[in-house]
Amino acid sequence: MLKYNERLIQFGLLITAFSTIAILILIGLFILKEGLPIILKVGIKNFICGVNWLPREGEFEIFPMIMGSLWITAGALLMSMPLSLACAIYLAEFSTTKIGKILKPTIELLAGIPSVVYGFMGMVILFPLIRNFLGGPGPCILAASIILGIMILPTITSISIDSLQAVPYSYREGSLALGATRWQTVKMVVLPAARSGIIAGIILGVGRAVGETMAVIMIAGNAVIIPDSILDPVRTLTANIALEMSFATGEHRQALFATGIVLFIVIMILNITANLIAKKEVAK
Amino acid sequence: MYRFILTFTLIPYMMIGCARTKVETINIVGSTAFQPFAEKLAEEYMAMNKDVQINVQGGGSAVGIQSAQSGVAQIGMADMVVLPKEAGGLNSVVVAKDGIVLIVHPDNKIDGLSTQQIQQIFSGKLKNWNQVGGENRPITIISREEGSGTRVSFEELLLKDVKVSPEALIQDSTGAVRVMVGNDINSIGYISYGFVTKQVKTIKIDGVVPTLENIREGKYKIIRPVFLLTKGVPVGKVKEFIEFILSPQAQQLISKYGLIAIR
Amino acid sequence: MKIKPVFTERIVKKILFVGTVFTVLILLFIIFYVLKNGLAVIDLEFLLSSPKELGRAGGIFPCIIGTIILPLVAIIIATPLGVGTAIYLTEYTREGKLTRIIRFGTECLAGVPSIIFGLFGFVLFVVYLGFGWSILSGGLTLAFMILPTIIRTSEEAIKSVPYSYREVGLSLGGTKWQTITRIVLPGALPGIVTGVILGIGRSIGETAAVIFTAGSSLRIPTSLFDSSRTMAVHFYILAREGISMENAYGTAAILIIAILMINLSAYWIMYRFMAKFS
Repeated sequence: MLKYNERLIQFGLLITAFSTIAILILIGLFILKEGLPIILKVGIKNFICGVNWLPREGEFEIFPMIMGSLWITAGALLMSMPLSLACAIYLAEFSTTKIGKILKPTIELLAGIPSVVYGFMGMVILFPLIRNFLGGPGPCILAASIILGIMILPTITSISIDSLQAVPYSYREGSLALGATRWQTVKMVVLPAARSGIIAGIILGVGRAVGETMAVIMIAGNAVIIPDSILDPVRTLTANIALEMSFATGEHRQALFATGIVLFIVIMILNITANLIAKKEVAK
Repeated sequence: MYRFILTFTLIPYMMIGCARTKVETINIVGSTAFQPFAEKLAEEYMAMNKDVQINVQGGGSAVGIQSAQSGVAQIGMADMVVLPKEAGGLNSVVVAKDGIVLIVHPDNKIDGLSTQQIQQIFSGKLKNWNQVGGENRPITIISREEGSGTRVSFEELLLKDVKVSPEALIQDSTGAVRVMVGNDINSIGYISYGFVTKQVKTIKIDGVVPTLENIREGKYKIIRPVFLLTKGVPVGKVKEFIEFILSPQAQQLISKYGLIAIR
Repeated sequence: MKIKPVFTERIVKKILFVGTVFTVLILLFIIFYVLKNGLAVIDLEFLLSSPKELGRAGGIFPCIIGTIILPLVAIIIATPLGVGTAIYLTEYTREGKLTRIIRFGTECLAGVPSIIFGLFGFVLFVVYLGFGWSILSGGLTLAFMILPTIIRTSEEAIKSVPYSYREVGLSLGGTKWQTITRIVLPGALPGIVTGVILGIGRSIGETAAVIFTAGSSLRIPTSLFDSSRTMAVHFYILAREGISMENAYGTAAILIIAILMINLSAYWIMYRFMAKFS
């Protein structure tokens, strides 16, 4: 009797576990079912490389949005990488453990600020600055890069700190015993050892930047153009979906799902890469 | 212990299920230009009728049409000049008329523009304010998303065949356009007349000042009707709410706050 | 001229220090800026009354309700699913192809941007299944979003319960399930609760997925099928449309305080949990 119950419970839990996969498959299949037809109709090359996004005339080509996402993400990375690495190295290697213990959770806490608040800060503080000193209306790649950069700071910093702290202390001892200074040790021993973890952290940060929607709608300008300066407004893949989702029908809606597919694939590749790099590190 | 957790998780389901029965809900969705008015009218109506709950949401006219079609909303608000073919099959009632005005920053010296100048500005042909009599500043175009009734009406009435330049900054509601124009001295945008505040300045079109009188008398031509769309002829509480909006009391409220009453 | 390494070290240390201070300052600045402008607006009336004129006046009470109910629904759906999956993965299977597939799926789900969840939730729940803009649609969508987090943290928590605990339970004659519910789960509870709290924290700040599934109604919701506006959505709308900057700051201030408190409690529980097992 007891054994029967146990079997039942095990079966119930199996169902639960499978429902998780089922949900993922459901989401994936749904998006594919809705988006694939239009990609096949327009042709993958045209969809990704074409520059005309004119839903009212049935033209669905997302290259400007891909460029928008690319520029903003690259900019965000440029802004945040030096700062987060500096932070991580200082907190992991040079500060006393007490300060490190307080500041690391503080930085992680700040990762919880909603993205709309960041977007708002961009509107209220960055726009006037850009208008007065650089010209232009405010919404542009620069503004979005700065805000996104700040948003992914906690992510990259926290993972980098973890990676640095995971390097065995014996590495440092060996280097210091040979007469190297702390910085030389960090530069030539610790950093290379932690490299995979840090890169994984950066990739995850990039993933977060690519997936950001609300803040970008508020501060990037949403113009469907291929930018040639950082003061140009752009529209990202995510903003494109959000702006047109609620009223798109038929092929238009399918095109938005197709944009979702592209996003999904990009982030999947980023995540898999990050995981592989992190695993390589653990295997070492 | 897990029995406790199980019951605990089931209780909210049961409570919420019970609460559902008493009040009828009307979802009215769509035009961001009419949304504040719908909200005010809904507040007044709900004060008089306790058994109805009215949820007002924005999203733009196309969302209104979509939602009415799919049944997500009982009433769709759309303020396009001409309803598109997606609205075919929906029952429509005109409840007000709304003017579209061109706005610039209050410090912009420009007083008015001609239709042709407006077309050239929005298509990107004219790029500097000094080409239309203003200072030497680049023009920033602010426009709406494709599903906006205001945008569609603006394009039909003023731009005709001219397309809006892809360099235009896109905002997703009338209010957001107003914020952008109010903050940037180089910008020009278009919003509903009922939304004009001191934060922005309206300009003349072909010499006609956008005022309520000019709109009423037909001198100012850029106006569009506000449609309430329902799937089939409205019945029950929906019908009563729409009739309330057409009543003299509601129409007076509408014209008090900047739209044109139709009765 | 070759620079002495000691010299380089001093300079680098200073640069890194400045970088760190700069980073922390930026993040703290945002919080303080919002709190400074927002706390002035908050009073009992702001918290307890309903918005008037689309939010230009009045308070944000319905939004507070929405912000409480929506994550609650999400947790009610996601926690049994997530914890159950975690239990299955750790207790009932060995590391193999199956668990790797499930884990891979969870990792994928964790990385999906919230707007895609919003798109999915909108088309599936709001339109296709006919739930409309409702707490149900929003809650289901949020549940899918936080599921990976709950699975991951629950798995970690359960794994970290020492094997000896289980041995004790089994040697006393308990069945596997009895051992799990009476020994392992209580031991893993702090970790699980941390995951749940983090999920709540994420749901509260979420805007993209919520605005397209739960809608933005300003009324106090009375049923699962009512639309409801959360504080994050309300803040977004107020700020975007310039309806009221003061109220926007006030809403943001409450939002940030709530999220900080939630994350702090998660850390505190995690800290005590760590202390117990190390």
